[in-house]
Amino acid sequence: MRHTISVLVENKFGVLARIAGLFSARGYNIASLAVSETLNPQTSYMTIVVAAQDEKILEQIKKQLNKLIDVITITDFTKKEHVDRELVLVKVNYSTKDRAGLEAIFNKYIGKIIHHQDDTAIIEAVGDQAQIKSLLDELDKFGIIELTRTGKLAINKG
Amino acid sequence: MTGAQILIKCLKREGVEVIFGYPGGQVLPIFDEIYDMDIKFILTRHEQGAAHAADGYARATGKVGVCIATSGPGATNLTTGIANAYMDSIPIVAITGQVKSSLIGNDAFQEADVTGITRPITKHNYLVKDVKDLSKIIAEAFYIASTGRPGPVLIDIPSDIQLADAEFTWPEIVNIRGYKPTCFGHPGQIKKAAKLIAEAKRPIIYAGGGVITSAAHLELRKLAEKIKAPLTWTLMGVGGFPGTHELSLGMLGMHGTAYANHAIMESDLIIAVGARFDDRVTGRLDAFAPDAKIIHIDIDPASISKNVKVDIPIVGDARNILGELLEQIEKVPNTVEWLETVENWKKKYPLKYKDGEKIKPQYVVEQVYEATKGGAIITTEVGQNQMWAAQWYKYDSPRTFISSGGLGTMGFGFPAAMGAKMGCPNKTVIDIAGDGSIQMNIQELGTCVANKINVKVFILNNGYLGMVRQWQELFYKRRYSQVRISSPDFVKLAESYGAVGIKVTGKEEVRPAIEKALKIDNTVFIDFHVEPEENVYPMVPAGEAINKIIGGLA
Ligand SMILES: Cc1ncc(C[n+]2csc(CCOP(=O)(O)OP(=O)(O)O)c2C)c(N)n1
Ligand SMILES: [Mg+2]
Repeated sequence: MRHTISVLVENKFGVLARIAGLFSARGYNIASLAVSETLNPQTSYMTIVVAAQDEKILEQIKKQLNKLIDVITITDFTKKEHVDRELVLVKVNYSTKDRAGLEAIFNKYIGKIIHHQDDTAIIEAVGDQAQIKSLLDELDKFGIIELTRTGKLAINKG
Repeated sequence: MTGAQILIKCLKREGVEVIFGYPGGQVLPIFDEIYDMDIKFILTRHEQGAAHAADGYARATGKVGVCIATSGPGATNLTTGIANAYMDSIPIVAITGQVKSSLIGNDAFQEADVTGITRPITKHNYLVKDVKDLSKIIAEAFYIASTGRPGPVLIDIPSDIQLADAEFTWPEIVNIRGYKPTCFGHPGQIKKAAKLIAEAKRPIIYAGGGVITSAAHLELRKLAEKIKAPLTWTLMGVGGFPGTHELSLGMLGMHGTAYANHAIMESDLIIAVGARFDDRVTGRLDAFAPDAKIIHIDIDPASISKNVKVDIPIVGDARNILGELLEQIEKVPNTVEWLETVENWKKKYPLKYKDGEKIKPQYVVEQVYEATKGGAIITTEVGQNQMWAAQWYKYDSPRTFISSGGLGTMGFGFPAAMGAKMGCPNKTVIDIAGDGSIQMNIQELGTCVANKINVKVFILNNGYLGMVRQWQELFYKRRYSQVRISSPDFVKLAESYGAVGIKVTGKEEVRPAIEKALKIDNTVFIDFHVEPEENVYPMVPAGEAINKIIGGLA
């Protein structure tokens, strides 16, 4: 099962290595990781999607993270009302005959073309996991040349 | 003040009495301050010795041990000692020199990424980037090392920072927002625990190193006596409860007593105090204590429900929690029948060994116990010697048994004894050693003699890496692969360093040699030629349920 946790950390040298090291040393898997400064430049948010077989492992991950001195707080979104989004950039084939088809997808799903040249286009899309997945499934037909994604970001509701 | 001056001033403020270390190019400014500081400095013969000595000092005194080394090889030589302290939750602060800030990352001479290397084996570490942060970092390092679940903290100081100037400031209070250890147990949980205890029929207390760290030994004893529960301990918990007490079952686990293992397996309530259900203790997990409910008291939330499912977790300092628990317990369980059962196991499967022609290692340890009247600090190396030292000496007070538990580091005992003696100069300190292990840090003989650190090293010389040999005997059809080990003439070796050496080959010489060594005001090596193929029993094969005890007489 995948779980999204957000870790507020001191914005210090070596913190990312500590977090990454903890995951690798204990054999936990990171599915995605997004890091950025918060409003306060002294702290950063790390949004981590972890693949944990069961609750027990998730609990251990949270407890071990909490032991790191540079970790200030941990939010587990598994049981929290929250919004999550991910941004993807996709480069697809974009010949004249594809244009109508792509437009149809954008009408149905999320996404827009932010650049095109020759026979390729770069598409930007922001959405939750399900939305991004169906978009990518649709785009597959056109031939995805390259793809990059931010990893999930999440924030509490209320 | 320069960074180096700030460092020494901070160490002084922290109450540091002794520093173990070794100089080198990237700590020259610090050693220039060490030249006329008024803290004792012990020059070891190897940085590993310095780290273990700091660790031994910390274990014997409860204070933070300090060691220092230069960059690169000096720092990497410390790492085994740091990992050792980490595994056993021992508070040490390790200070390393680093190449100049501007050279970091350039593969400079004697550069190693020491904060990177030690990240997984320290509780926390620092690379100092600005001399203005130095005093705050040192104060934090001591605070982090010694509070919560203690552990080693490393401070890596580039040489330019040691020379840079800053005004001295001292943070009176340390406040780290990401580090707030829980001290007091949750009152609701403690109430629930008291209730569970009242309902128990076959309770057992299982005590670990946390009892010693938090100085909870008196409360622990009161609890055992109040609820009349038998008590067993881990290797790290030795000394947390009097070994001579009638409720004591000795150590449990792989080389635990048969009665301790049977008792925990048959119990209906385990009260775990400052212990972590390590695999050497639980054996096969799914067979471990099937009927038992578990109350787990520990300072580290991550230790709880890591290996076994716990019914009542109580996070906090063991001493505080036991104090509260004692007040909350109104009704005590009736354990008369249970104690009888336990007593029968004790009678049926006592700890014993078969006497023979040659000196038995267990006999040596027993004689050490009698000769010191149980009043010594015993350190151990790793292997059979360690298990015999834990089984055959009775420890009645905390911080008298010092052994590498989690990492199992051969070569720990001798430098640790040095550190313990520096911390407790009025105590007799004895390293019960193996012939293999002692050769791993034997160079510290030089340190002992030069600094008049009077420790005794009693080598149980079996001519083997005995514990490995035992496994090869039992599980690899006696195919003894690379376990025969030769030794120098320990008597001559000791003498060449200026220490005293005694060789013992006959049983009747054992006690007189011990008595003699204890009277000599110098470091003494006794080379006991013991039965070469003696095994440590009882024994539970790795991965088996801990009542599947094999071999020996038990
Ligand atoms: C540094 C290190 N290397 C290897 C081992 C593996 N090991 C554990 S016990 C042991 C044998 C120790 O021999 P000795 O010191 O003679 O003790 P004995 O078991 O004979 O009492 C070895 C090699 C270890 N624990 N530590
Ligand atoms: Mg040996």
